[in-house]
Parts: sequence; C-alpha cells; structure tokens
Amino acid sequence: MAQSLAKEFTKGLWAEIPPFRLVLGLCPTLAVTKTVENGIGMGLATTFVLVFSNLLVSLLRNTIPPKVRIACYIVIIATFVTIVELVMQAFTYPLFLKLGIFIPLIVVNCIVLGRAEAFASKNTPVLSVADGLGIGIGFTLSLASLGAVRELIGSGTITIWGGNPVFAVGDWYQPFSFMVEAPGAFVALGLMLAGMNLIGKK
Amino acid sequence: MREMISMIVVLTLLASVSGGLLAAVKSGTEVRIEEQILKFQKAPAIESLFTDVTNDPLKERFNIETQERTLQIFPAKLQDGSAAVAFETFGKGGYGGDIGLMVAIDLDSDKLVGARVTTHAETPGLGSRAKDDPSFVSQFAGKPIDADLALKSDNGTIDAISGATVTSRAVTRAAIQAQELYSKLKPEILKQIQ
Repeated sequence: MAQSLAKEFTKGLWAEIPPFRLVLGLCPTLAVTKTVENGIGMGLATTFVLVFSNLLVSLLRNTIPPKVRIACYIVIIATFVTIVELVMQAFTYPLFLKLGIFIPLIVVNCIVLGRAEAFASKNTPVLSVADGLGIGIGFTLSLASLGAVRELIGSGTITIWGGNPVFAVGDWYQPFSFMVEAPGAFVALGLMLAGMNLIGKK
Repeated sequence: MREMISMIVVLTLLASVSGGLLAAVKSGTEVRIEEQILKFQKAPAIESLFTDVTNDPLKERFNIETQERTLQIFPAKLQDGSAAVAFETFGKGGYGGDIGLMVAIDLDSDKLVGARVTTHAETPGLGSRAKDDPSFVSQFAGKPIDADLALKSDNGTIDAISGATVTSRAVTRAAIQAQELYSKLKPEILKQIQ
C-alpha cells in the first residue's frame, strides 16, 4: 500500500509529468508561462483543483451513474475552479489579474478531467489524492521551469513571487522578447520536450 | 427507468451541493474581493483620471442608493479650483460579461473629464486593449453630458478599437449609462459633497 502510494505520487514528477510526458493541458502551459511567478500560480491553482476533484470523484465513484459521469466530473471540477477563482481574487489579486481568463479555463484542462476519468474513477480516495498531488506538483514544476526559461531569455529576469524579480541578468543583456511572445512558448516547450526525451532515452 | 432516476437524482444533488458550497465561499470572500478591487482597480483608475487633486477621492467616497444598486461616488477637488466626481458603471454585452468603466465628470461644466476601464474579462490582446491602451477611452474626454455617444459603425463619432467592436460598444454603453446616472443624480451628489 505504502509502496503504491509513493509510486502514484512520484509518477507525476517524472514518468508521467505533464505537460512534457502527457502532452496535455497545453493551453495554460503556453499562455501563462511568461514568468516563473505566473507558472507557479497557475500550477498551484491547478494542483488544488486536481487534488480535490480527484478526491471527490474517487469518493463518489460507485454512486455516479456511468452514463452521466462526464457531466458529474465537470460539475465537481467547475465547483473547485470557481472556489480557486474567488479565493485568488480575495487574496492574490495582482496574480489573478495576470492569469485572468486562464483560471476559469482550468475547467476544460484535459489533465484535470483526464485524471478524474483515467485514475480517480477507478481507484481509492487515498491513491487518488496522491495521484492528484503528484501530477499537480509535476505540472507546477513544469510550468515554473518553462516560465524560467522564457523569462530568463525573454526578459532577463526571474520573478518567483510578488511581482518583483529576485534575479536580473543586468543591463548588458538585450532581452530576446520573442521568447515571451506566443511563438516563443512553442519553441521553448519543444526544446524542453526534446531535452527530456534525450535524458529519458538513456 | 431506474437508471434514469438515479442519473437525475445524482446530478441534481451534485449540482445543488456545489451551488450551496459556492454561495458560501462567495459570501465569505465578498468583502475582501471588494477591498482588493478598490485597491487594484478603482484606485489606479482614479489616480490616472485626476492627476492634480488636492483631496483624497478614495477616502472621501460616499454611497448613493439608486434603484438598481449602490453607487460609490469618489469626489475630487482639482488644483484649478474646480470639482469633479468619479463613479463606476458597467457596460453590458462585452465578450466576457460586463465591463466596468470608471467615469469622471466635471461638476461645474458637466463635461466628461475622462474614463478608464476597470474590471473586465475580454480577450487578451483584443478586447483587453480597451484597458491597456487608453487611446480609445480618451475619446470620451471633453464630451458634454448630453452628447450622443455612439461608435462610428453605429452612425456615431467614436472610433472603435479595431478588432474589438463588441468590446468598444459595451464600453460606450457604460459611458452612456454614466451620462444618464449623472444627470439623474447630480442634485443628490451636490448635496452629499456639501
């Protein structure tokens, strides 16, 4: 039990890390990772939704009629997304402004629905929470590292939290602003995917 | 039949429970969200509308009850001796719901001093330019309170943001609403200021 618990948790951190291994949830991945801060914020919001939707779907897995399961999952997921949205507005308003429309869009994030359908609906609550937590933290790490690459090259800074850069390259660096534009997101993601495949191959 | 009833019951129960939960969270966070909007949306809008005030419009704000809602009025005393007020209206029909517009009106000349978009959920890069690029809303500045505000595509005089006509129309609607509210409430506003 303990072994499989650890397995379900750690698979989200490397073996099935989204969006690199499971190439799902690309919309927030590409759109918000202009800074590390945005990536972490988006990742944590998604983690919260993943953990609680997995828990609830798993608890109700024998109650929900199979024919309306997707509708039920969407209701559960949408509820937690709205909670995240309200809480972010109340406590981290500047971050909410930056993530804007992409917070409500967590409802249609394939990762969340995918975990509910593929994992939580077939496993116990404890395993499902471990799975949600692992995938969520993996997603947060991915977004943060993608954000770090894009922000460092595109703006020459690293912003972890609160809007002020904790690290700046200096004035000699001419920011390559292509990387914080939309096409730069694809290029950065592609290069990181290639890098991960290279390491994974050995 | 049995299966159908269980589908209906489960979905109904699930939806009602989540509705109740959301209502609770909403009422729990309402006050704080209001504070945050005041700090991060209304305050910057007012600051950029009134650059040379001698008072603090945020601190001196007062409420006027209208039929639909409570209207927050921010009074400003300008350095040239004139007085103005700012308040927020909401334009219906944006792409992402209502668009908030902070409108400033000069109390002596009854002309619009300016307007700034506050809360909105428009498409980033298109409709969101109504907020990020003030050149659209600056067209309202200097217009009298009885001026006919309409987009050029609606036979008016206001240039819409290219690629964001729906947003521009919603913002214009908010400005018209501000004109109407002001002409209706001016006596009460003057009474409150004194």
